[in-house]
Amino acid sequence: MSVSTTTTPLTDTPFEIGARTFGSRLIVGTGKYADNETMVRAIEASGADIVTVAVRRVDLDRTKEEGVLHHLDPERVFLLANTAGCYSAEDAVRYARLAREAGFNDFVKLEVIGDQETLLPDVDGLLQAARTLASEGFKVMAYTNDDLITALRLEDAGCAAVMPLASPIGSGLGLVNPFSIRTIKRRLAVPVIVDAGVGTASDACLTMEQGVDGILMNTAIAEAREPVAMARAMRQAVSAGRLAYLAGRMPRREVAVPSSPQRGMLD
Amino acid sequence: MPNPTITVTVNGAERTVEGRPSVRELLGLLDLDPRQVVVEVNREIVRRPALDTLSLADGDRVEVVHFVGGG
Repeated sequence: MSVSTTTTPLTDTPFEIGARTFGSRLIVGTGKYADNETMVRAIEASGADIVTVAVRRVDLDRTKEEGVLHHLDPERVFLLANTAGCYSAEDAVRYARLAREAGFNDFVKLEVIGDQETLLPDVDGLLQAARTLASEGFKVMAYTNDDLITALRLEDAGCAAVMPLASPIGSGLGLVNPFSIRTIKRRLAVPVIVDAGVGTASDACLTMEQGVDGILMNTAIAEAREPVAMARAMRQAVSAGRLAYLAGRMPRREVAVPSSPQRGMLD
Repeated sequence: MPNPTITVTVNGAERTVEGRPSVRELLGLLDLDPRQVVVEVNREIVRRPALDTLSLADGDRVEVVHFVGGG
């Protein structure tokens, strides 16, 4: 009996953003952790290369309040500064410039928020800030809604990556519109990274199965009862979802098809 | 004769300092490591080489920022 063992190896393409290659498709935030030690251990467990940080005033009255750099080694993680909390293009550009001056890299996670309740983006401000920052040489990774037209315009504005939400920031509602995400991924040439809304490992897996290049998450890990364990689960879910996407799922059918032979049954 | 003082606003709070300190000297007074922060004076970012050469003037608005946890 001859058995064919020839298989096509599932070699993934590198995860590249702005001409830089990263090992992990999971990007994690550093906010909302109960303590810094848990944050550091969770990041370690997540296997993430890229971690996000925010730019804020130094608290001069409580100088013991240390910045996040006291806990993270910029030699070991790639610091991605965000413009979270900015409600205008002007503010977002200001925060991005401050972040770049810190001297680590010229990447920025651009957020221009338009509404306090939903934290949905202000599309006009987002596009304006993206154009300005791209023209200044920033590698802009733009947090956006799941609208294809906005995503196309962000790509056209020179963004290095477009980051549509799965559902609102911090909501944990998971991937509410897989169709939109797939459409954006299919139509854009730059990396599409789903940012915000993932609640648990199955959400991350399902999101990666849509074919997107990566996921950025914070609250799902930081607010888990055991953040370090959840970080590990997310790492595996992102890997599993990516592999399932590459493997190609079976077709959906509305009828059952038996898995066992129908012939050879006893009389 | 005592040194003349100036008043500057740092992160939203007024502070009186002696003479006209450089930005690096101000950070020293605030017990901050210049490598851990980025400074704006009157909404202009202070590039690293200017930390020593830029002297503060009365009424300057200074912002000192750093990285904190965020998503």
